[in-house]
Amino acid sequence: MSAPDVRMSPMAGVGLVATREISTRLKSKAYRISTLVQLILIVAAVVVLKLVSGSSGPDATVGYVPAAAPLSAPLVATAKSVGQDIATEPVANDQEGLAKLKDGSIDALLVQGADRVHVQVQKDLDNNLKNVLTVLEGQIALNGQITGLGGDPAKVHAAVAGATIDELPPLEKPYDYNGQQLVLGIVAGVLIYLSLLLNGQTVAQGVVEEKTSRVVELLLSTIKPWQLMAGKVLGIGVVGLIQMVAIGVVGLAAGLGLGVLTISVSAAIGTVVWLVVWYLLGFFMYSIVFAALGALVSRQEDVGGAVAPALMLVIAGYVVGISVLPSDPSNKFAEVLSVIPVFAPTLMPMRLAMGGVPVWEAVVSVGLVVLLIPALIWLAARIYRNAVMRTGAKVKLSEALRAA
Amino acid sequence: MSEPGLVIDAVSKRYGTVVALEKMSFDVRPGELFGFVGSNGAGKTTTMRIALGVLAADAGEVRFAGSPVTHETRRHIGYMPEERGLYPKMKVGEQLVYLARLHGMSAADAKASTQRWTERLGVAGRRDDEVQKLSLGNQQRVQLAAALVHEPRILVLDEPFSGLDPVAVDVMSEVLKEKAGEGVPVVFSSHQLDLVERLCDRVGIVRSGRMEALGSVAELRAGGTVRLLVTAPRAPEGWAAALPGVTVLGRDGSVTELELADGADDQAVLRAALATGPVHEFARKLPSLTELFRSVVTEHHQEVAA
Repeated sequence: MSAPDVRMSPMAGVGLVATREISTRLKSKAYRISTLVQLILIVAAVVVLKLVSGSSGPDATVGYVPAAAPLSAPLVATAKSVGQDIATEPVANDQEGLAKLKDGSIDALLVQGADRVHVQVQKDLDNNLKNVLTVLEGQIALNGQITGLGGDPAKVHAAVAGATIDELPPLEKPYDYNGQQLVLGIVAGVLIYLSLLLNGQTVAQGVVEEKTSRVVELLLSTIKPWQLMAGKVLGIGVVGLIQMVAIGVVGLAAGLGLGVLTISVSAAIGTVVWLVVWYLLGFFMYSIVFAALGALVSRQEDVGGAVAPALMLVIAGYVVGISVLPSDPSNKFAEVLSVIPVFAPTLMPMRLAMGGVPVWEAVVSVGLVVLLIPALIWLAARIYRNAVMRTGAKVKLSEALRAA
Repeated sequence: MSEPGLVIDAVSKRYGTVVALEKMSFDVRPGELFGFVGSNGAGKTTTMRIALGVLAADAGEVRFAGSPVTHETRRHIGYMPEERGLYPKMKVGEQLVYLARLHGMSAADAKASTQRWTERLGVAGRRDDEVQKLSLGNQQRVQLAAALVHEPRILVLDEPFSGLDPVAVDVMSEVLKEKAGEGVPVVFSSHQLDLVERLCDRVGIVRSGRMEALGSVAELRAGGTVRLLVTAPRAPEGWAAALPGVTVLGRDGSVTELELADGADDQAVLRAALATGPVHEFARKLPSLTELFRSVVTEHHQEVAA
């Protein structure tokens, strides 16, 4: 009996636990299917966006009978001046025009003559189009008056067009939010939120699984509680990361490849990098809390209730982000919350993807979370160690914290 | 080595005001099968958990081969917890390899050992099945394999025989004897006292967190009060009642069962019996472990009543 003494570094124990988590989960059908479904969804979303944006033609098409032809060019010009893109299309007569109205190939038909705007629609006149036509009608009236006073309408219009205000440079340069980046921000928020939710719950369930099956006693006779907890969090974290990176890369590649995303590649990569950084920070921060809370209960049915308090914070951050930021990316309330560690993992990546985050805010929010994690590890390890061997009724948090 | 084997030295543990262990002490020598008996809640599981470091003791020490058991030495212990448990959804083979590796075995050794023990315990054909798909009996065999797969130098088994069918009991007994034969100290708890009596070299009886009786089965049996069985067909009722230091426990036909107080003379009993007529049998009756156990537990009840 002179077996060599076993020398296993603490990290080797953590590594073994993590490896088991990774291989068990990667092999599980549920994980493979959910990853595949998410990849398909993100590619499908990109393709749908592509189709929707690809069909962008003029805002409206207006037909005109030969008598109304002189209105065609002013109509297009007027529309352009108010930001509308209107196409015109000549028709031979009223009958042909009415037929086109009916089949929807034109939105409105100008009839009778060019003295004023006579418009015929199938059902109702689009508000934007109505505005354009009203402005046009106003100009016709104005032209009549100018001519009546002996002036030249063309000259007057040129003078009016040439009048500009003297805009001084702004005191504070506003960030020019890009529409696509706003969408990216929303997607980033949803991804982070979902993966915190799912992977965080997985950690809690994994802890309870070991408690319910009582395998935890056997495990704790070889490794220390913190090793078991760290290995589990690390393993599930890696699995979640693989999923997150796959979705991020596939989504962006599809977006850039299909030309839906026109932001620069570096901005796109920046988004993915921030996404990964915040996923890791948020995951580690929340999952160690989830592991500790999961250790308090002994049955899978009780996991939901046990992790609810921590989950509420994840949800709160997400809800604030998703309801405020898309319409108001520089919202002050969201900006403040996004620096506070418990809300940062859901809010900060959204803001970062949308752009316009001052560097100091990004640094401070990361720093605070990084500082908080060791404190949470200490606290969670204490709760976990005290609660994980106690089966039966839910262990009170105060008891788990107190017991030596 | 002055003190080979596993030593539990004055280990105490309390939960709030409840005393779970009070200076629990015993040792398990290399190559010895040690039976750990006691009623439910006597402190057997607590003692084993402390030996495995799953629980921390308030006082006392656990030593192996003369030095305190550390996290490193614990890897050499094969443990079967009272609360059986394996990952239900993990395959038998993968699970055993994982546990062996947690005990510090290399991947290759762990694999070979898993193969060896699953074959030895008759679950080799189930290596690729999830644990939850196995019958209870087979799950128990896997559980034993989990305690043995890392070739432990100490075995601590909590109720290893509970829930086993007779064939599995035989396999388990054989494996334990074989391990002890290799010089491994083996300690196990059990409520099946006949089994403990048959298998164990030494036995410890615990009550309320204290070791009440400790020794080989023969020592313990001999150490109890002396009982005599006397077969004297013609002896009248009450023939032995007046003898000094003798209590008549009962009479069944011609057989009278007597208990002698310390120092009472059994030869005086024999002479008294012969005086009544022929004596066909005069024998010392050694108490069985079950009787010893009962007397330890009853003493306790009397104390409580007093």
